Amino acid sequence: MRFAIVRFPGTWSDRDCHHVLHNVLGQEADILWHRETSLSGYDAVVLPGGFSYGDYLRCGAIARFSPIMESVIAFAEAGRPVIGICNGFQVLCESHLLPGALMRNDSLEFRCEWIHLRREGASTPWADGIASGQVLNVPISHNDGNYFADDATLDELESSGRVIFRYCDERGDVTPAANPNGSVRNIAGIINARGNVLGMMPHPERAGETIVGGTDGNLIWQSIIEHALQTAS
Amino acid sequence: MAVSQEALDAVALSRDEYDLLVQRLGREPNDVELGMFGSLWSEHCGYKNSKPLLRLFPSGGDRVLTQIGAENAGAIDVGDGRCVVMKVESHNHPSAIEPYQGAATGVGGIVRDIFAMGAYPIAILDSLRFGTLEDPQTRYLFDGVVGGIGGYGNCLGIPNVGGEVFFASCYNGNPLVNAMCVGIADTDKLVSARASGEGSVLLLVGSDTGRDGIHGASGLASRTDPESRFAEMRPAVQVGNPFMEKLLMEACYELASQHRDWIVGLQDLGAAGLTSSVVECCARGRSGAVLNIERVPRRESGMTPYEVMLSESQERMLIIAKPEHVEDVTALFHHWELHCEAIGEVVGGPDVIVRENGVEVARVPWEIATEPPEYRRAGERPVELVELNRFDPATLPDLATADATGALLRVLARPNIASKRGVYRRYDQQVLANTIVQPGGDASVVRIDGTNRAIALKTDCNPRLVYLDPYVGGAIAVAEAARNIVCTGATPVAVTDCLNFGNPEKPDVYYTMEHAIRGIAEACLEFGTPVVSGNVSLYNERSGVPVYPTAVIGMLGLLDDVEQHLTAAFSTPGAPVFLLGADIHQPAVTLGGSEYLEAEHGKVAGLPAVDLVAEHNLQKLVLALNAEGLLLSAHDCSEGGLAVALAESSILGNSGFEGDSSLDLGDRLDAALLGEGQGRIVVSARPAAVDRLHQLAGEHGVPVSELGQVIEGQSFTFGPISTTVPMLREAYEALMRL
Repeated sequence: MRFAIVRFPGTWSDRDCHHVLHNVLGQEADILWHRETSLSGYDAVVLPGGFSYGDYLRCGAIARFSPIMESVIAFAEAGRPVIGICNGFQVLCESHLLPGALMRNDSLEFRCEWIHLRREGASTPWADGIASGQVLNVPISHNDGNYFADDATLDELESSGRVIFRYCDERGDVTPAANPNGSVRNIAGIINARGNVLGMMPHPERAGETIVGGTDGNLIWQSIIEHALQTAS
Repeated sequence: MAVSQEALDAVALSRDEYDLLVQRLGREPNDVELGMFGSLWSEHCGYKNSKPLLRLFPSGGDRVLTQIGAENAGAIDVGDGRCVVMKVESHNHPSAIEPYQGAATGVGGIVRDIFAMGAYPIAILDSLRFGTLEDPQTRYLFDGVVGGIGGYGNCLGIPNVGGEVFFASCYNGNPLVNAMCVGIADTDKLVSARASGEGSVLLLVGSDTGRDGIHGASGLASRTDPESRFAEMRPAVQVGNPFMEKLLMEACYELASQHRDWIVGLQDLGAAGLTSSVVECCARGRSGAVLNIERVPRRESGMTPYEVMLSESQERMLIIAKPEHVEDVTALFHHWELHCEAIGEVVGGPDVIVRENGVEVARVPWEIATEPPEYRRAGERPVELVELNRFDPATLPDLATADATGALLRVLARPNIASKRGVYRRYDQQVLANTIVQPGGDASVVRIDGTNRAIALKTDCNPRLVYLDPYVGGAIAVAEAARNIVCTGATPVAVTDCLNFGNPEKPDVYYTMEHAIRGIAEACLEFGTPVVSGNVSLYNERSGVPVYPTAVIGMLGLLDDVEQHLTAAFSTPGAPVFLLGADIHQPAVTLGGSEYLEAEHGKVAGLPAVDLVAEHNLQKLVLALNAEGLLLSAHDCSEGGLAVALAESSILGNSGFEGDSSLDLGDRLDAALLGEGQGRIVVSARPAAVDRLHQLAGEHGVPVSELGQVIEGQSFTFGPISTTVPMLREAYEALMRL
């Protein structure tokens, strides 16, 4: 499988995504500068984490105008797999590929720590390899991860099974104490209506090897790889 | 014509220094030249008071690739054709005035020092000292400094993997903010900060030049200013732009790692801006240069040559490019959406010549500019030490058995002992996906990308001990840093240091600095860890009272197999726990300078001691034990003593501990539990390894005491202490509830 990893000015988890996809999981992966315009030949697009344009305006608000984003939007609208991690999630919201917005953490502080996520919601190629209710241990690292949408949007997301990850404790209980940033309804990751676009604040690429603390993040990558294999066969 | 006192004060030169300058120059300097010389001869750039003492450090070795002080940072060979580049630097005075930006630009400056070497920065550590938390200003400074370090470093995508936070009233209003950065490079791609080869082109890249930070080096960093002037000095603190730095870092690394042959040298613009950057490059390359400063991109119009030459605008780099590759270099920076302007060229001769629109505005011989006077002063041992050292903790009543649990919980909750999780969770600790041991243990372990090797990193200094005995305290800072490195299974290999003292013109401050340096030097010789880079920050005083002498040691260790790393956490029920290096019985004297003594008796007194040979034997033993795979954990026993070390291992591993019921803690309970004698490490071992552990300890001449074992469940008992892991954690996380 061949991944396009987009590098905006200020992106920093491009290398980490490349490391996990290529060195750990043996996939093909290229880092594409944001001025590229073609995604031809790629099976999936990764918008990684970082501080695109320094997050000096609203996070992701400038990156959405990068030349490559036109192709990313077309790629997503064609039903091809796109994942936005952290700053990438913010870019997806700013691009209206996903609903809602990510506000300043309710602590008003940057947070970097290992947290727990519970798999919920409908089928998506990004998480079909993860059982409903399964708990994942992955790190977060963000200043603006406080997910917000109006009640109508939230109800629509919930009723259509588009909330894929929720912050929880290690037993899988969704509690206020397990919410690291104030996200409404503990939401950590959502998909679009078609299920091919996933946005999430936590960093699966940082949970890709036992020696760095765990491999739960690979469940997401393995889901999409498995999906690609099945689609091809 | 006599120069006015105001003009000299503005650049912090003394009348004698000015006269010496005129004599060496053979003429009076003009205003621009005076500003340039003043900056270069400042304490901050010129190390006038410290340089003769810094020569006492052992600085060479098989692995050392750079000469100390000769480049932006020190480089150490780590095998496989790669090297680690490292340095620690202070940003104390700016942080006192404007904590967020002061700390942020401190990170920015040290990171540029690392990528100026052609290395990719892979780790940041920060060593912080604040006043007491009861002082509301401390809370403002603490929050601002931590926010600034995080705000800048997080944006760069460099993990912040460790550091220290220490509180004491002597730092009220004068916090210490020391940041260390570590990078990695292919050794054959290392870049020097030199200008040579007539016709080589000077390219200025990154941010535009503004009126910010003028006199940062000569003013802020090289004297003591009263707090009443902070408001008017705030504009001298620069404002950071980490996004610009991120682009510069990526561009410079691409240039050095892929196109090393395009360039002669690479240099950052730090203290004294363009002046020090160009003059120092010329001095290293023994070449002159012509600068055409009308080509320097400005933030505002009307800037004078003086302002352009002394601006400390951040996020700027100087590239010395081969003439035939100027277009290539320019294209590379344009790809990264950065400015790149040719502002001058390398010429023969002894001078840096500054021109504006063809008119010469300054001519500075680099040799004179980079050879400021050096001062070797006569120090005097601080008089208060006589009384403080004479204090005998044995005269204090011992800790009551019934209060042992309470005392441990109270010491664990002390800001200097308590977990700093509330600080480091505001820093990205994992980006680059190579952080193997995260902050919160002894030292941090970072994998070398694409290999199975790792480095261990630690900053350390117990300033109370340097205060009570500068020589011994300096040696202990090195010993403890090395002990922390060894507790991860890594071998200590090199040191970078940040020496924070008061006004060196005071004989007692000078004595303290000299003896701390001598102590560090002796310990570095013993451990075979040369000092490869560093920084000195003087004039750290408030109302005439200096801060504790704070000799921060940043240490690098190497681990050949990352899988063999150790942590401090108790993990395996049934594992026997040992104290290596000392008997459980401890004399009252080990309470000297301890956290317990200050917490429970309100005293900072006593006489610290260290046996460097015994310490080295202990460290060799732990490495030998780990090499045979006998250990499950290792933890330095230092601040807070043995009881705190055991508690921390239990908390980190979320595992219970049961002390042997037959334990005899001797006749000083306080010293046995909470004394801070050096040269002690707590390990848990594989049950089958006990005989071999005793055998190896015997061969190394290191005493071993059996303490107990790791157990299932959450109970924690040791001698008269009886509590639970959740109770310990509750106390240990006191700082989280600020």
